Amino acid sequence: MATVTIRNLVKRYREAEVLHGINLDIADGEFVVLVGPSGCGKSTTLRMIAGLEDISGGEVLIGDRVVNQLEPKERNIAMVFQNYAIYPHMTIYKNISFGLRTARLPAAEKDRRIRAVAEQLELTPYLDRKPGQLSGGQRQRVAIGRAIIRDPAVFLFDEPLSNLDAQLRAQTRLEIKKLHQRLGSTIIFVTHDQVEAMTLADRIVIMRDGHIQQIGTPTEVYDHPANTFVARFIGSPSMNLLPGAVTADGGLALDGNGPIAHPAARGLAPGSRVLLGVRADDLRVQSHTGATDKAPGLQLSGRVSVVEPLGPDMLVYLDAGLDAGTQQVIAKADTRQTLRPGDEVTLTAAPETLHLFDEQSGKAVAV
Amino acid sequence: MSIARNQGTLTRSIAAHAALLTWTVIALFPVFVIVINSVKSRRVIFADPLALPTAETFDLVGYQTVLAQGDFLLYFTNSMIVTMASLFFVLLFGAMAAFALSEYRFRGNLLMGLYLALGIMIPIRLGTVAILQMMVATGLVNTRTALVLVYTAQGLPLAIFILSEFMRNVSSDLKNAGRIDGLSEYTIFFRLVLPLVRPAMATVAVFTLIPIWNDLWFPLILAPGESVKTITLGSQVFIGQFVTNWNAVLAALSLAIVPVLVLYLIFSRHLIRGITAGAVK
Repeated sequence: MATVTIRNLVKRYREAEVLHGINLDIADGEFVVLVGPSGCGKSTTLRMIAGLEDISGGEVLIGDRVVNQLEPKERNIAMVFQNYAIYPHMTIYKNISFGLRTARLPAAEKDRRIRAVAEQLELTPYLDRKPGQLSGGQRQRVAIGRAIIRDPAVFLFDEPLSNLDAQLRAQTRLEIKKLHQRLGSTIIFVTHDQVEAMTLADRIVIMRDGHIQQIGTPTEVYDHPANTFVARFIGSPSMNLLPGAVTADGGLALDGNGPIAHPAARGLAPGSRVLLGVRADDLRVQSHTGATDKAPGLQLSGRVSVVEPLGPDMLVYLDAGLDAGTQQVIAKADTRQTLRPGDEVTLTAAPETLHLFDEQSGKAVAV
Repeated sequence: MSIARNQGTLTRSIAAHAALLTWTVIALFPVFVIVINSVKSRRVIFADPLALPTAETFDLVGYQTVLAQGDFLLYFTNSMIVTMASLFFVLLFGAMAAFALSEYRFRGNLLMGLYLALGIMIPIRLGTVAILQMMVATGLVNTRTALVLVYTAQGLPLAIFILSEFMRNVSSDLKNAGRIDGLSEYTIFFRLVLPLVRPAMATVAVFTLIPIWNDLWFPLILAPGESVKTITLGSQVFIGQFVTNWNAVLAALSLAIVPVLVLYLIFSRHLIRGITAGAVK
């Protein structure tokens, strides 16, 4: 077990810089998820920590040791790959034992450990089989087994769940979380799936184009996204972002809609262009007739275009009539509400659920 | 509709088989003629070369002559040693070079690959005189070592070319997993990569093996000595300028086919997989 520290990490491929000096401190035993769209540099970062990619600039420390020049095997790490990377021509027993190859242990002790790990991961019946005879989930467990048998300082997971089907993914996700709770080791996990990030992480690192956008606990990044990118990326469906401007009296006017009071707007110069963010879960859908009371917060009228039932609730896509043409807004509604495409409705949201971003920079405006 | 399509497939299938069968007959015909004539008496070979041996014409005199010549077993052993040793070195060095080319990024990687593949296009026989001079200078004339060296050089370009393509297809995550597990580059090569490109190795083995076994040129020039003669060269003793002992020549050639055939059968199980590996995945 160990801390991992990343200082001004830079990766260059010839002239192209793909990672622009990122900084990250990971505590001992912490589960950190790097998340972002493809090409954001998350996998490159992980591979640099593993020692599979050269470091163009900056430092990686595992514990208090700079590991820049160390070979992967000298870094005391274990890695699980997206396509499992288990050796297809060896039995499961052999595969797991490969993690112990370099360990100086008596054969009996090695055997005991291999069987213990297999027991933990419910792989005991398959020890004599070849990987080809196993399902995807079992193969991924073999890969995890090969990693945990080494008892490394840091576990690195590179999109380990992407090749599994939805049900198995949820199950394996749970197993990884349990594993972390049991072993208490430091884990760095890379994924492009924000749901995985939210469910697994102690802290989430959101990356884009080789920059870190925000670091925080799942609740922090969900409730207080640092910018519009994080706001859109975290949470499903994406946060609605509506253009507007600060009014002369320190309120907020959405383009083509009435002014609303927003505490954060007071700090901004009148006329500043802003984006108002509101999550689908925070929007209430009311049929037109009932919505006459003037509650504080957001009020928006629109027409239902598509309804997607999800079971307990449904997603409602609306065309909100704003000045700059119509804008699509997504809201969540109770399935008991009968909504049909074409219905005129009013959307409301409480003032404390609203987020405010600077339109130019995309940065959140502090409340 | 489906009947029409079935007929279409059937016609195509017949056409394909006809083409393949024709090719097989053409390819096997010389071998067939050699084998049947090797068990016929001398007169019948010339009277009716295409006739099958009958009770009257059946004659093993060729084989008797060949086996009675005590050296034949020696020639056989020489061929075997030269072929197996060359094959071993071609596969070992070829695979190692291919691994380096496919696995490591270094300056001049592409140029090095092209340079190593160049030998496919330039026949090694063009350098015969230089090779002979070299062998004379190093005192290797009339040794099996000379042949092994030449054949290893001859086989390497194709081996490197084919194997590096296959090794590029071995998942890099697999090799990286090995690196993280603490394997050395040699262990990764021998324990992970080589077993996974075994079909390609078999393909290369067969393509390398046959020209070496059949070669007459280099044994004739570099190792004509009695003690190091190979089987193809050894068979030539029965071909004279004026008189040729056809029974013996044909018997010797028939016998020479056997070991290649055995080796081919051993490798062929992998060979088919190797050739179709890219196609069907």
